[in-house]
Amino acid sequence: MSVATTITTPAAVSNQPLQLGLGGYEAIAPTIILGLTALALFTIDSIAPESRNNTLLSGVTVVGSLIAVVVTGWQLLTGAGSVELFSGQLVVDGMSLFFTFIFTSVTALVALASHEYVGDRAYQAEYYVLVVLAATGMTLIASANSLATAFVSLELTSLPSYALVAYLKDNRGSVEAGLKYFLIGSLSSAVFVYGISLVYAATGSLLFTEVAATLSAGIDGSLTGVLGIGVVMILGGVAFKTASIPFHFWAPEAYEGAPAPISAFLSSASKAAGFVLAFRVFLTAFPIDAIAGVDWVLAFQILALVTMTLGNFAAATQETVKRMLAYSSIGHAGYALIALGALTGAANQPFVLSAGMIHLLVYGFMNTGAFLFVALAEHWGIGRTFEDYNGLASKAPVACAAMSIFLFSLAGLPTGGGFLSKYFLLIGAVEAQTYVLAAGLIINSALSLYFYSRVVKAMWIEEPAGDLSIEGYPTGLYAAIVTAAVVTLLLLPALAIFSDPALTAGSGLF
Amino acid sequence: MMIELLLGVCLVGGLAVFLLPDRYSARLSFGISLLPILASSYMYATFDGVGNALLEGSTLAFETRVNWLSVGPYELFYHVGLDGVSMPLIVLTTILTTLAILSAWTPIDERKSQFYGLMLLMEASLIGVFAALDFFVWFVFWEAVLIPMYFLIGVWGGPRRKYAAIKFFVYTNVASLVMFVGFFLLVFGLGDSVQSLGLPAIAGALSAPGAVGSVGGLSPNAVKTAAFFLMFAGFAVKVPVVPVHTWLPDAHVEAPTPVSVILAGVLLKMGTYALLRFNFTLLPEIAQQYALVLVAFAIVSVIYGALLALAQQDLKRIVAYSSVSSMGYVILGLVAFTLYGLGGATFQMISHGLISGLLFLCVGVVYNTTHTRMVGDMSGLAERMPITAGAIVAGSFAYMGLPLMSGFVAEFLVFSGSFAADFAYAPVFTAVAMFGIVIVAGYYLFAMQRTLFGEFSVSTDYEITRAAVHDVVPLVVLIVLIIALGSAPEIVFGMIEDAVRPMTELTTTQQADAGPAGMLGLGVSLLGGVLL
Repeated sequence: MSVATTITTPAAVSNQPLQLGLGGYEAIAPTIILGLTALALFTIDSIAPESRNNTLLSGVTVVGSLIAVVVTGWQLLTGAGSVELFSGQLVVDGMSLFFTFIFTSVTALVALASHEYVGDRAYQAEYYVLVVLAATGMTLIASANSLATAFVSLELTSLPSYALVAYLKDNRGSVEAGLKYFLIGSLSSAVFVYGISLVYAATGSLLFTEVAATLSAGIDGSLTGVLGIGVVMILGGVAFKTASIPFHFWAPEAYEGAPAPISAFLSSASKAAGFVLAFRVFLTAFPIDAIAGVDWVLAFQILALVTMTLGNFAAATQETVKRMLAYSSIGHAGYALIALGALTGAANQPFVLSAGMIHLLVYGFMNTGAFLFVALAEHWGIGRTFEDYNGLASKAPVACAAMSIFLFSLAGLPTGGGFLSKYFLLIGAVEAQTYVLAAGLIINSALSLYFYSRVVKAMWIEEPAGDLSIEGYPTGLYAAIVTAAVVTLLLLPALAIFSDPALTAGSGLF
Repeated sequence: MMIELLLGVCLVGGLAVFLLPDRYSARLSFGISLLPILASSYMYATFDGVGNALLEGSTLAFETRVNWLSVGPYELFYHVGLDGVSMPLIVLTTILTTLAILSAWTPIDERKSQFYGLMLLMEASLIGVFAALDFFVWFVFWEAVLIPMYFLIGVWGGPRRKYAAIKFFVYTNVASLVMFVGFFLLVFGLGDSVQSLGLPAIAGALSAPGAVGSVGGLSPNAVKTAAFFLMFAGFAVKVPVVPVHTWLPDAHVEAPTPVSVILAGVLLKMGTYALLRFNFTLLPEIAQQYALVLVAFAIVSVIYGALLALAQQDLKRIVAYSSVSSMGYVILGLVAFTLYGLGGATFQMISHGLISGLLFLCVGVVYNTTHTRMVGDMSGLAERMPITAGAIVAGSFAYMGLPLMSGFVAEFLVFSGSFAADFAYAPVFTAVAMFGIVIVAGYYLFAMQRTLFGEFSVSTDYEITRAAVHDVVPLVVLIVLIIALGSAPEIVFGMIEDAVRPMTELTTTQQADAGPAGMLGLGVSLLGGVLL
């Protein structure tokens, strides 16, 4: 990283021409690697458009995203500074690298699992290209330093996702889910972009840092209302991407209808992308002390509490595993929102933020793993309800052990990093004196154990149905599930590797 | 490094057993489980700890303390180490696990690799609970125990196993949350005077006067009292104390024999061990202030548990309810807060682990052969199964407190400790609690007479033969241990005494222990109870 130009002030950026040397692009290497992977897939597709060589396509995607994981991990652990690119439109810092690590890891797992799930369906190259392009968009969201870049990269993530949800085009559920996702998604995009225009009207800038500078200098009193509405609308856009109340309606439908690896991708990576956007927009562009008129911390407190409670209560009433996981994913969005809701004056703010980041990292693995297990069940064709999973452990003990690790970790038992990340969120909420959020976290975690353990009970304790049979042990899916389980498990003793970068990254935004 | 070695052997061994095919798992897991016994015996022999792990002036044996992770000011340490209280409990855990694995050879005939894998996993979690000295590490292991136990009851249990497993899981998990809230109330009350969750550091901070500040409008004393009772409520479920004992009979009756052995022998001790470590070491003044309330809980558990046992027809339920009664003695000893009270309570944990393990194993052997556990369904078993019958007799007498067996020493110590205790009417309460022994004698003599002696008959259609060697060996091992501890209690009690003595210095108004005259009177009344 020594060759990278480290620029700290926006003024310095504007004096410099676009960097064309390695020094400038090295910082966004993960994004470029993902982009090149997409191009490689395009090339393969144009040479052999009808090819169904799944192994090649999946392999290229896995290798590409794994290289990106390694590069990101190296950059993250060697401690990147803060590098601004393209006149400050993009910023590469600990925060962006931390989230890029989540996105690329999830992409690798999903691509590996898709090897058997996609099987020999048509339009395979398109599937992998869309996944990689969406991941590219996410890495750009993590680096976006202006409202314009944020919007463009958000769309780069969203548009492939709509198509991916509807990928099973002969399946009514999949197509319906895609349409719903698209309609709500475009509505919230419109809300988001309108919010951006209002903020621009009030502050005259799109760059986060300049918006913040204008706000601390004080804006014309008559514009406070416009700014307030703009902020709330941007919050709406974020709520859509993170599948939080009140823009969560698409999530259960989309996660249930979509191919299960895509559900994993959306509920882990895409949700994290929404969070990094929220962290950056609200902390860099609308710092709490500069925007005294608009109390977004309170808004996030309400959002967090309502989201975690509704998500978990709805999950408790579901009959299909995938839909239960979809609602539980809404509940976890509520937990992660504590990272913004607990940013009160009393809080140790970098700590609270990094607790949220750590939760999203752990969640990236445990939730992806859980959805990939559903993908495995769909691959075997054993049905969708809790009862259909009865006795599965007698046929596939390793996969079921992995699934149990995911579910218990999601519930906050010490089978994985979920235990620690929830603990940090709890401490953060208590320190911030947001006791309601702390109580909500405890009560919802206790409740969630009920519906997570229903799956565990079905797999291990219930008698299998007479005709339960599974065909083969798909290599790619198994490898992805076991990898996710091992990482989830190791994140309990070895979370220290990520806690320091998370805290550094979190501190960087204050 | 020894503790890490113990944990590592159990975890890696458990994983290996889980992944290997069924036909190797029984013997392999038995072989693997011998390694922790060797290691813990070596640790016991070379034990060099001094004092109580949480209190000043102690030297921990086999201590490891490394930074686990730190997020800003919040640091978590991986801190393990042993003192005279935890060392015997770890040896107990390793021995009982091996015996439980051996006793599983006959009854467990499906999904063996998973069963034995989970047993070793549970051994690791239990060792961790007793060794951990940082709250967070301890809590990880504490919660981790639930998971293998849930599966062991739920998959290999009896007809109502699903209900029993979920009841156990929900009860103990809610209890953990209540305890967690209580502990953190205390930590937040301490404010900046503690920088980590290390239990020794917290105990040190609490010993300073006025260390606890007010939290959320509660006065410092209210904070301490609330924390004490929230933690007490959480641990009481695990012990279990009446009225939160109802998960125990269900769990025991449905659990397969080897799991019952671990459940009664080690899992219940987690609760009393945690009470000793948290409530009675961290907040001794609250424990003294509310001694009468706590003593009431103890005595109700002793008497009510014993009466419930008297009303049962199922042998397993008899042993299960009598555990509630015996655990009441542990609470009584703890509340007494005298050297013999605390030491006796700890000794009772070990002794009860061995005796209840023995009785559950016996019931298991009987059930494997007769396929019934109802007292009314069998009689005269001593004719066909002499060794097992002998073991049942030995176990019952140990429970009743026959001299030269460990139960006698434990109860004698608890009673002499509580006789001399500081709270009002201590001798009266002790006398009432001793009445529990009379009831114990009643139900065990009754059950023995009906099942073992008289004319041989069994109401089920199975051929009654002598039990297999690998079923009988654990019984003999346990009887030897019970008698050894009963004849030479100092092999364990010396260690325990050294670790609990600093606790008695925590309170200012400490009375001397009972003099020789008091002890004599007590001994006489105790023997009277036995003879009754």
